[in-house]
Formats: sequence, C-alpha cells, structure tokens
Amino acid sequence: MDFNKKYTPQTWPDHPEQVTLEGKNKFLGFWLFLGGETVLFASLFATYLALKNKGPSGMTFSTETLFELPLVFVMTMLLLTSSLTSVYAMYHMKNHNFRGMQTWLAITVLLGLAFLGLEIYEFNHYVHLGFTYGQSAFSSSFFTLVGTHGLHVVIGLGWIILLMLRNAKRGFSLYNAPKYYTASLYWHFIDVVWVFIFTVVYLMGVVG
Amino acid sequence: MSSIAKKKGFGATLWDYLTTVDHKKIAILYLAAGSLFFVIGGIEAMLIRIQLAQPDNDFVSAGLFNEIITMHGTTMIFLAAMPILFGFMNAVMPLQIGARDVAFPFLNALGFWLFLFGGIFLNLSWFMGGAPDAGWTSYASLSLASPGHGIDFYALGLQISGAGTYIGGINFLVTIINMRAPGMTYMRMPLFTWTTFVASALILFAFPPLTIGLFFLIFDRMFGGNFFDHTMGGNTIIWEHLFWIFGHPEVYILILPAFGIFSEIFALFSRKRLFGYSSMVFATVLIGFLGFMVWAHHMFTVGLGPTANAIFAVATMAIAVPTGMKIFNWLLTIWGGSIKVTTPMLYALGFIPSFVAGGVTGIMQAAAPLDYQLHDSYFIVAHFHYVIVGGVVLAILAAVHLYWPLMFNQMLNETLGKWTFWFFFIGFHCTFFIQHFLGLMGMPRRVFTFGANQGWDTFNLISSAGAALMAIGVIILVINIIITVVKNVPVGNDPWEDGRTLEWAIPQPVPFYNFKQTPLVRGLDTFWIEKQEGNKEGMTYAEPVSDIHMPNNSFIPFVMTIGLFIAAFGALYNGEKDWAIPVLVLGLAITLGSMAVRSIKDDHGFHIHKEDLMNDEGGK
Repeated sequence: MDFNKKYTPQTWPDHPEQVTLEGKNKFLGFWLFLGGETVLFASLFATYLALKNKGPSGMTFSTETLFELPLVFVMTMLLLTSSLTSVYAMYHMKNHNFRGMQTWLAITVLLGLAFLGLEIYEFNHYVHLGFTYGQSAFSSSFFTLVGTHGLHVVIGLGWIILLMLRNAKRGFSLYNAPKYYTASLYWHFIDVVWVFIFTVVYLMGVVG
Repeated sequence: MSSIAKKKGFGATLWDYLTTVDHKKIAILYLAAGSLFFVIGGIEAMLIRIQLAQPDNDFVSAGLFNEIITMHGTTMIFLAAMPILFGFMNAVMPLQIGARDVAFPFLNALGFWLFLFGGIFLNLSWFMGGAPDAGWTSYASLSLASPGHGIDFYALGLQISGAGTYIGGINFLVTIINMRAPGMTYMRMPLFTWTTFVASALILFAFPPLTIGLFFLIFDRMFGGNFFDHTMGGNTIIWEHLFWIFGHPEVYILILPAFGIFSEIFALFSRKRLFGYSSMVFATVLIGFLGFMVWAHHMFTVGLGPTANAIFAVATMAIAVPTGMKIFNWLLTIWGGSIKVTTPMLYALGFIPSFVAGGVTGIMQAAAPLDYQLHDSYFIVAHFHYVIVGGVVLAILAAVHLYWPLMFNQMLNETLGKWTFWFFFIGFHCTFFIQHFLGLMGMPRRVFTFGANQGWDTFNLISSAGAALMAIGVIILVINIIITVVKNVPVGNDPWEDGRTLEWAIPQPVPFYNFKQTPLVRGLDTFWIEKQEGNKEGMTYAEPVSDIHMPNNSFIPFVMTIGLFIAAFGALYNGEKDWAIPVLVLGLAITLGSMAVRSIKDDHGFHIHKEDLMNDEGGK
C-alpha cells in the first residue's frame, strides 16, 4: 500500500482512518487506551472523594469556601465548545477538505489554550490563598485530579499542534488520517473527563 | 532484504537487538532479561532461606533482611515472571494466530525497554543507599516512614516498568482482535492465545490503579503530597485499595498465561483435542472478570466490616468454580490420550496436584473468620508460593522446554530437563509444604529470625534444604541451556512431531517475516487437521505469494526509555540535590522530543518482494 497516494474528494474513502491495517490498529488500540485512562481517572476521582475537605485539624479550606462557579462555568463552556469544533474538523476530514480541517483544529487549539490559561489562573489563585499542593490531603487530591486533567489538555494541545504543523504541506493521506482521528478522540475524552470534574468537584462541592 | 543469514559481528548484532521491532527477537530479549532477574530474585530467595535455616541466625541483619524480602517479591513478580511470560506471548502468540507481527511493533520494542530499564533502576537501589524495605506490597504508613531512597527506587522503577507492561497489554489485545489469519475465529483460537488475550485485558484495567497509587507514593515522598499522612487528613488505606485493585488481577495476569501453556501441553502430548475447549474459554474469561471483584480479600483484617468481608469472601470462593472446571478439563484431556511424558508434560502433570493444593488453601483463606487466624503468617507464604511457583514457575519452566525449539531451532536435552524437573519439583514441595504448618504453629511472615525455644527449628531447616534442591534444579537447567547452545543441532520442522496449532506449522528456523503466505485456518488445532488429511505442504494458504510489508527497525524506543530513566533520577533526588529538577526536565525532554521525532518522521517500513520470497526457502 502506498501511504502517500493522493486522493481527491471523490476517491477519498468514507472512513479514511480505518482503511489501512495500521489505521485499524491505531483506532482500536486508542479506544483500548482510553479504557485504561478511564480507570486511571476513576482512581483519581475515588481518592478525591475520599479526601475531600480532609486536612490537618483547624483547616479552614473547604469546597464551599474555595470554588467559584462562574469561572469554572466559563472554563467548561470553552472546553465543550472546543470539543464541538474538533467534530467540525473531523467532518471536514471525511469530506477531504484539508484547509477546513486545519482551520477548525486551530480554533480548537485556541479554545484549549484559553481553558488552560484560566486553569493556571485558578490554581495560582488557590496557591496565593495558601491552598498549596502540600497544604492538606484535600489540596493534594484536588490538584492531582484536576492537574492530571490539565496535563492531558497540554499533551492534547501539543499533539494537535504537531499534527497540524507536520501535515501542513503534506495534505491528507491514509497515513495521517488515523493520527488526526485518534487525536480528536483524545480531545473528546479530555472533554468528557472535564464534565465529570465539573460535576463531581465543583458542582457537588458548592451546591451538593 | 530477502534474508538476514549473513554472519554478523558482535557490534552489528548488538545494534540489531537494540533497534529490533521483530516480535521474535523481542521475545528473546524478554526471555533473557526476565531470566536474569529470575536469577537475581532466586539468589535473594536463597539468602532468605539461609538466614532462616537456624534460630537466632545473624547471617544478615534485620534491616538487610527486609530489603531482601522486598526485592525478592518485587523482582519475581514484576521483573521475572511477567516479562518471561511476555517473552512467550511475543514468541508464540503471533505465530499461533498466523499474524505477520504484533499490531504495534514499535511499541512492542518500547514496552520491552521500559520494563528493562525500570528493573535496572529498581535494582540500582542496592548500590545507591539501600533497597526498598517495606515489603513488595509497600503499605503506605510503613513505606512513608522508610528512611533513605529505597522506596523511591521502588515507586519510580515500577512506574517505568509498569508503563512498559501496559503498552504490551494493549498491543497484544489489538493484535489478537485485528490480525488473526482468515478462518481463525475467536472460538478457534488456541488456549494460549485466549489466555494472553484475557491477561492483556486485565493488564489494561489493572495497571492504571497501580500507576495512580505509585504516583501518590511518589508525590508523598518526593514532592510534598499528603495522600497517606493522616495528620494532614490523608488516609493510608487508599494505598491498600489501589494496590490490591491492581494486585489481585495481577496474580491472574500471571496464572492465566500459565494455564494457557499447560492447556497447549496437555493437548500436544496427550495427542488429543483439548477436552471442553469452549468451557475452557468460558472459564478463562470468567476468572478474568471475577479477578476484579475480590481485591478486598487481601484486606479482611483492615476492618472494612462484616458486610464487605462477606461479599468479598463469597466472590473469592466463586473463583474456585471456573478454576475447578479447568482442572477437570485437563484431567479429561489426558484421559484416554496417547501420552508422551516429555519434560514439558512432566511439568504439566506436576502442576495439577501442586496448583490444586495452592487453590485449596486459597479457599481456606477466603473464609474471612479463618483468615483472621492465618493472616500474615507463614500459611500465607506457603499458599501464594504454591500458586505462583506451583502454577506460574512450573509453566515457565515447561514453556522454556516446549518453545525452545520454536525460538532457537534447537532442542533442550530431555534427560537433563527431567533432572531439572525432579530437583525443582521435590525441592518446591519440600520448601513450601512445611511452611503451612509453620504458619499454623504461629510463625509470622517477614520475620528475620526466630528463637530456639519456639519449636520452629526443624521445619525451617527442612524448608531451607528444599530451597537448595530447587537451586540445583535451576543450575541443571542453565547447564542444559549452555550445552544445547554450544552443540547447536538444528531440529527442523514440527520439532515435537505432534504439533496441533499454527505455530508448529511454520518452517524452522522461523523466517523473519513469519508465514510466507497467510495460512487458512480450517478449525481448532488447524495444523493437526492438515496433517490428518495428509497435506504435504504443511498448511492450506489463504493467499498467493505476494509482497510483504515490514516495519523498519528503530532506535527511538531505546532513547525514549533512557529519557525516563534519567528523569527518574531527577525525581528521586528532588529537594536534596540542586541538579534534581534540571535532570528531571532534561529526561522528560528527551522522551517527549523522541516522541515528536517519531511523529514527524515518515516511517512507512519496507516491502519484501515476491521474487525474493520465492527464492527464500525458510531460514533466517
């Protein structure tokens, strides 16, 4: 199979990410990887729930006093929208519109960066209040759960940027289509995890 | 590129192995590295038994004894048993399903190097201020209090090698799902492939909790976290849960491939179809599923309450049902078979009573009230050595003899093989059977010595004598391997003469591209079917000879691993040395940078052309 064969919108297959054996393997392997990632985050969530509001005696920090929903709501909207824009990117990939895909991915990256900026601001704010990583079991478990998600955002952004730069001149091929597809899967996964963080950490922390 | 038969110098061979992505060579690497760690772990076991051979012994100090038992357990589970099994999975499974290679050859190499350097990192602790000393379970309140860097080596080393295992698990799953030869339906897959499949699924879901637990330990010890420190609101039981949510499936990750190996052996040397194939598959999947439901039976005495203990006790006992099905199926496979008692078969026959004994004591401990009596005693030590040595290690030794001709085109000496078996088998029972009684007499596990007036002298001496017999068995095996390699007599095709499954249909020595034409699988034991029908060509093929696409070798997996290896030193000395954080960043930069290089570079592999294939009469 010639991986760099050029396609036109007419000859481009319906599921370009799963035409080659390599693509099929990547597709399945990545889904399985996300299964493992789910267990990874489940462990972090369980630990957070066990250690929520637990600290040295006399600790004044609690979820009610610490979290502010408006900021987190904006972050949630940014990330949810970025998930939508990455769907548009995949839509253009299926239609063999390379420029359209790159544009929507660029918008995805910008939204992701905005989310990341707000998260850094949020963490910085907590640290200034004295809620540092080592302040309590609560702070350790909070920063580890949300920070692991943040690290995933960083990796996802790096991945998508690298893909866009690498293929900017190459255009579509059956070699890079599975790579784009798995990157967008990863981005969706990050979004799904955030929905759980928003619910379990922030909403249940302030309202529950 | 039609053949790699040319004699190569040492440097070229070394470079070949450092960059290889061929599953057969990676299998050899896994086997070699795993065996090295097996010998290290074995020496540690001998030191333990020398120390305990007589009362009030001062052969090693109490502190050193703790380090030895910790490293013995950790090395044997993570660095010996699992990698050696991975070696056999790599060597055999792709051939069993008629695949060109595994799904991700590059990741296969990466998984190996991560395991190896994680293991090296862990063992460097001996030379860099002391080994971990909180037991292989490393319970958090104990491990947080451990001075020095021992536990740090444990957490970081296992993190690296665990990543390798995780990658390997995903790789095997995708290989089995996507790359089976035409006709190889799920219910025609050989049992070793099935058990590899289920064990890989267990790896996929069991290793992330360990990763998280180890990260918590790393953060608590090196980066100021407070997960386990109760004065800061932490909870030490979280470690126990995370460790055992991983740790219990881990024992099935070890034992299921062992079951697979024995299933192959029983059918092969009884010259009979495996009895109850579909129930074997069902039992394998059920054991894998139940394996996740029982972790708290390691924690009966923690105080989770009678309801939790009762649920986990019942779930644990339920596992005996599918395991029992397997035992009866093996017995019925032998029944009426035309049995050849070769060395692998001898191990398989010895496995059944040994493993059943270990299973029965397991059921005893599943009864939570009784477990309060047995907990942390030598009864537990006896139990898990009966299942791990009596199951996994016997399977590994059997597989070394069984698959040696497939991997190296040579046959290990059968007479020496049988000597190995008898020394090892008798030594094993001698060592561990008596430990049940030591446990019932009250001897706690992990004690570095005992008093002369406690009445444990004789039994401990017998146990130590048995360990010496096992060591003799292993030494005979090493001699056997040396003799075989030096003689280097090629064995030819179908070396055991009664091969049933696809891996025995391939010409010897195995070509680097595996089957020249993808075979057509016409049933369970497909090679046996062809032989029964008098097929002289070996197999029915699914395609004409055509170009074969192969992946390129790559040095990047090695570089990625080195990056993490360097980063681990940075993490280890965080807060203690000025260079710690720069080294951590440098290491991670090497790893991430090589990942980027891998992504950016075009790597399409190469093709072996049809004409070259036609001229190539097997051979390496």
